[in-house]
Amino acid sequence: MAILMGISDYIIPTVCVLIVMYGLYKEVNVFEVFIEGAAEGLQVAVKILPTLIALLVAVGMLRASGTLDGIVRIVSPLISFTDFPSEVIPIALMRMVSSSASTGLILDIFNTHGPDSFMGRLVSIMFGCTETIFYTMSVYFMAVNIKNTRYTLAGALIASLAGIVASYHLTIAIFT
Amino acid sequence: MLNYLWSFMIIFSIIMAVFGGSMNALTTEMITSSTTAVKICFETCGILAMWMGIMYIAERSGLIDALARRMSPILNFLFPDVPANHPARKYIATNMIANFLGLGWAATPPGLLAMVELQKLNKNKQKATHAMCMFLIINISSIQLISINMVAYRKSYGSLNPTEIVAPSILATLVSTMVAITFAKLMYRKED
Repeated sequence: MAILMGISDYIIPTVCVLIVMYGLYKEVNVFEVFIEGAAEGLQVAVKILPTLIALLVAVGMLRASGTLDGIVRIVSPLISFTDFPSEVIPIALMRMVSSSASTGLILDIFNTHGPDSFMGRLVSIMFGCTETIFYTMSVYFMAVNIKNTRYTLAGALIASLAGIVASYHLTIAIFT
Repeated sequence: MLNYLWSFMIIFSIIMAVFGGSMNALTTEMITSSTTAVKICFETCGILAMWMGIMYIAERSGLIDALARRMSPILNFLFPDVPANHPARKYIATNMIANFLGLGWAATPPGLLAMVELQKLNKNKQKATHAMCMFLIINISSIQLISINMVAYRKSYGSLNPTEIVAPSILATLVSTMVAITFAKLMYRKED
C-alpha cells in the first residue's frame, strides 16, 4: 500500500515533466503554450461557477430540508446486506444522470464528513470510474441515428458497478 | 434534463422544509452554499489553470496523436471488425487517449467522428454494431490517469493530502474498464 501512496505522490510531477520534455523535443514554445492553456483553464473555471452555484444551492437545500436523509433512509435497507455507506448511493445514482449535480453531492460529503474521512476518500476514488451514462449514450448514438443500442447500457452499468465496488474495497484496503 | 432535476430538487426541498419545520435552516443553507460555491471556484481555479496549461503543451506538441498511433495492438484486440487502415481507428484512439488524460473537451469531437465512421461500416443503420457497443462501454468506463478536479476540490475542502486518491483512482478505473471489455467481448461471442 506504501507503493500506491508513492505513486500518488509521483504521478502529477512525472506527467508534467514528461509533457514539458516532449514539448521541448518537438520544439513547442512550452512557456507560451502553458500560459495560453492556463488562461483557457481560468475561463473554464469561471464558466463553471454559475453551474456550481446553482447545484450547490440545490444540494444544500436537499440536505437542510432533510430530503437527502430521507432518500438515504429509503435506499439503505436495499443495501443493508453490505457495509457500503448508504449516503454514497444517491451520488452513484445521480452520477449516471448529471455530472454537475453529482459533483454538488460529492462536495456536500466533503462539507459534512471532510475529504479525508472514509466517505470523502471513497467518493473521491469513485468519481473517476463512473460516468454520465445516459447523457454520453444519447449524444453518441444520436449523432448517427442509432435506435437499437443493444448491450451498451447493460455493459456501462455493470462496468460502473464494478468500479464502485472496487473503489469501496480499495478505500478499505488502503486507508483503514 | 437539469431543467427538471434542478427544479425538482429546489421545489421538493421547500415542500419538505414546510412539513419538517426546517425553513430557517433551509434559508441559511441557501445563503451559505452560494457563498461556498464562489469560494470553491476561486480556490480550485489555480490548480485547474495549471493543469490545463500542461495539457495544452501535450496537445500542441502532438503527444496525443503520437500516443494514439501506438494503440494499434490494443485496437486490433478490441475492434477486430474495423479494418486496419480505416479512419475510425484513428478517431477511436484519439478519443481514448484524450479520455485517459482527462481531457473531455479534446475527447468528444473525435469520439463523434469515430461513431460516424463506424456507422459507415454498419449494415443495419438502426442497430448498433459490436464495435460501437465496445467503443461506448469503454468510453463510459474509461481509465483515467488523474482526475484533477477531484484533487482541486479536496484541496479546497482542506484535505491534508489531496493527491492521495490518485493511484487508487487509477486502479478503480482500471477495474471498471477491464470489466467493461470482458463484458463486451462476452456479448460479442454470444450474439454472433
